[in-house]
This record gives sequence, C-alpha cells and structure tokens, in this order.
Amino acid sequence: MITVNDLCLWYGSAQALHHINMAIPEKSITALIGPSGCGKSTFLKTLNRMNDLIPGVKISGEVLYNGENIFAPGVDVNMLRKEIGMAFQKPNPFPMSIYDNIAYGPRTHGITSRIQLDDIVERSLRGAAIWDEVKDRLKKNAHGLSGGQQQRLCIARALAVEPDVILMDEPTSALDPISTSKIEELAISLKEKYTIIIVTHNMQQAVRISDKTAFFLLGEMIEYDDTEKIFAMPRDKRTEDYITGRFG
Amino acid sequence: MAKNSISAKRKGYIGLMRALMVLSAALTCALVLFMIAYVLAKGLPHITWGLLATAPSYMQDTVGILPDILNTVYIIIATLAVVIPLGAGAAVYLTEYAANKRLVAVIEYAAETLSGIPSIIYGLVGMLFFCEFLNMQTSLLAGALTLVIMNLPTVMRTTQESLKTVPQSYREGAFGLGAGKWRVIRTVVLPGCIDGVITGCILSAGRILGESAALLFTAGVAHVVNGFFAGLAGSGATLTVALYFYAKERGDFETAFAIAAILMLLTLLINLLAWLVGALCKRRRNV
Repeated sequence: MITVNDLCLWYGSAQALHHINMAIPEKSITALIGPSGCGKSTFLKTLNRMNDLIPGVKISGEVLYNGENIFAPGVDVNMLRKEIGMAFQKPNPFPMSIYDNIAYGPRTHGITSRIQLDDIVERSLRGAAIWDEVKDRLKKNAHGLSGGQQQRLCIARALAVEPDVILMDEPTSALDPISTSKIEELAISLKEKYTIIIVTHNMQQAVRISDKTAFFLLGEMIEYDDTEKIFAMPRDKRTEDYITGRFG
Repeated sequence: MAKNSISAKRKGYIGLMRALMVLSAALTCALVLFMIAYVLAKGLPHITWGLLATAPSYMQDTVGILPDILNTVYIIIATLAVVIPLGAGAAVYLTEYAANKRLVAVIEYAAETLSGIPSIIYGLVGMLFFCEFLNMQTSLLAGALTLVIMNLPTVMRTTQESLKTVPQSYREGAFGLGAGKWRVIRTVVLPGCIDGVITGCILSAGRILGESAALLFTAGVAHVVNGFFAGLAGSGATLTVALYFYAKERGDFETAFAIAAILMLLTLLINLLAWLVGALCKRRRNV
C-alpha cells in the first residue's frame, strides 16, 4: 500500500532520515518505535507531506502510495492529505462546535448538504467510539471535552474525510491510562477498514496493538518486521538493547 | 542583636521603597484625574445643542462644530476603509505566506520604526505627495491617505501579533484534513484571532480621532457641512484641528474646551469599545 524507497530527509544541513526502505501493508497497524529524536515522527509526517510546512526541509528518495510517488510534481497535496489523514500528539480540536469540527473536512472537500453532513458527523463519531458521549452536545464547543475525548474527536474528524490511511503521532502521550486504552481499542477496531501507522514511545502499546513494528535510531530504520518477531527475537543488537530498556 | 539591627535596616528600606512607589502611583493617578476633571469642568458647560448641531456662521456670529464632527467621522471611515484591508492583508502575507523570514524581520523592524516617527513628518510628506504631487489640494481625502500611511504599520503589526497567537496545532490539524492554505487562514486562523484584529482597528480609530499635526497640513481647516464624498473631496477640519483653530486663531477657549471634552469622551468610548469586543470574543470562544 505504501512503499518507501531510499528516503532521506534534511532539516537545513542536518540529515534527519537516512535511506529508509519499508513496505507498509494495508489494513494493519504499523508501529514506529525508537528513542526521542530518532526520526520516527519526522518519517510519519513525510508520509502525508506535513513536513512541507516546515521551511528548509529537503527530501530525496520516493514514497509510493498506491503505486504513485507522493513527491512527484503535479501531486495534489490536499488530496493526498485527504487520503492519508492524521491524528496529532496533542489533541487539537478547532475552537468551534463538535459538529463543525467533524464537518470541517467534508466541507473543505465540497460537501454542503446538511443531510449528508449530519450523516457523516454521526458516522465519524460512531467510528471513533465517541458518539454516545457527545450526541447531546454536538453544538457545544469542542474545547469543553476531556483530553481523551478530544483525541477521539480528532480521530473522528480525520475519519470524516474518508481516508485510507491514518497516521497517529503519539496519540496517547498526553492522555491518562483509561483514555489511552480507549484509543488503543479504537485503533484495533479501525484497522478493519483503515491502514494505521502509529508513532509510540510506549513499547507495551506497540506490542498490544500493532501487527508490524519498525525500530528507528538516529534517523535510520534499524529493523522492521512483524511485531512478535521484533519483540521476541530481534535480529539487531541495538533493537534488543532498546526494547529491553537498556537505553532510550 | 546584630541580626536584629540588619532586619530593622531592611525593614526601613522596604518601607521607604514602598512609600516611594505608592507616591509615584498616586501622583500618576492624580495627574490623569486632574486632566480629565479640568477638561470636563471647563468643557462640559459649553456643550450645547446649538454647538453640536450647527455650522459656524460669521453672519450670525454663532459657533457650531457639526461640520467638524462630520469631518472626523468621514476621515475615520475613509482611513479605516483603506488601512484595514491593506494592513491586515500585509500581515496575513507576512505571517502565513512569506517564505523569506529575514525579509519579514526587516519589514517588521521598518514598520516598528515607522510607527515611532512624529506625526508632523507624515503631515509634511502627505502634503508634498498627496496635496501637491498628486494634486489633491488640501482635502479630507489627502488627510485620510496620510493617516493610512501613518496607521498602516500599527494595523499590520497588531494583526500580525494576533495571527501569531493562533496555535500552530490548529493550522496543522486543518492542513492534515487536506485544507488549502487560504481555507485554513479563512476558516481557522482568522476566526481564531479576529478579536485581536478588531481591537487593533478600534485603537487605530482612536489614534485617527486624536491626530492633528498630520491633518493640519493635509486636510485643511474648512467648516462646511458636506456629504461623505463631497466632504472627502474638499478641505475640512476634524475635531482636533478645530480645537487648535478655535484656541489658537480665534482665542475662543470656551469652544476649544467643549471640543476637548467631547474628544475625551469619545476616546473613552473607543477604548471601552475595544475592551468590550475583546471580552465578548473571549467569552464566545469559551462556551
């Protein structure tokens, strides 16, 4: 579904990613783990070109999404980001009503019919397992929700544009354990329909929810395999050191 | 014992400093209150319906400031109508689009320097450029355009600062949904900081209200009641210029103080309005 070939990335003159190669299967959860500053978030944000927003970023290599290089000239970045949605480290609902938050994406892509929007809002909120908690307060400001609810709202907001892939950048790092487990359950249920790539600091989380795991260190991808294999018998000494807690 | 004497010294020092600070605070308040009370006491008794609602007439030897009030309103409207789109547009470009951050820094620095230049210099330049070079004569339009140049840096900088208060995460969230740049700005960034922009504009209106030096050169001193467009085309005194005119040229201090009192009340009103807008927007956002 997503194939990464020899991807390098520089912030100015500092190289942040070194020759990354990986193939991400569809309808699965792929976890990216590694110590802070290893490039896993940078890599994630490359997949829907969010790094374009940062001045001074230079990229070489290619990322094939459904067989097409996302860096090719003529690629519509906005369409790409519609296909490859994103949930961020800190929940970032817009300062508007819950309804308008969810409807923001569809409206952006030209849906104006009230009936259609109502339907999308309900489906997305149900999809993100938050419908029952907010159905009576759709017109209330989204900032009144708890952190965990806000994060599920943000995932619902991403679902509303009907993406194929959802990128999650440490979506639970700002949340309490109960909210975290809700997001994890949600991620597992979402993989039936979506391809999920999640950056996490929490190795138990990677074990609990992911099918594949990639270990990043200093901008390189050290090892990428089935999650069970990575955690049971890593091939690389550095992976083993990291997952056994010897550094990181 | 030694310990005790140090603490006594310290206590005395603290007491002295506190007394000095209270004194300077009290002095500041007293000065402001005195100013306001003095102007209001001298001015309010002379504000009459006849003064507010008529034009001055040499034939009947009456004084009226209706044309000056209208001119002030015209010049505020005309200036804001040009300066807001221009300044806000420049700010949006500089904060959201411009890629060359060094150039942006230079422009910001230039804008800050410009806003510190004495207004009489703007008046001089406005007179030479708009009145002479563009042949507008002394007219409210030339005055308004001069005030546009004068207020442009302020409007631009306040808008920029408001734009910067919108969290980057909102922008990322919207971009992540596939929204284009302009849509992000229009639907997420601007609504998130509109209170700051409006407050900046209202305060600019206050500065226009209070400006006299730049207008003496450019907008003229006529006291004729006109419609908006005819008014802009012709010479006309605003309240502040009229204040100067009555006090200095005619020695009519009763009228001058009446105008001063009106100006003071208007300034108060404008500041109140700016505060109200800020408070309202804040409340609306926190529902």
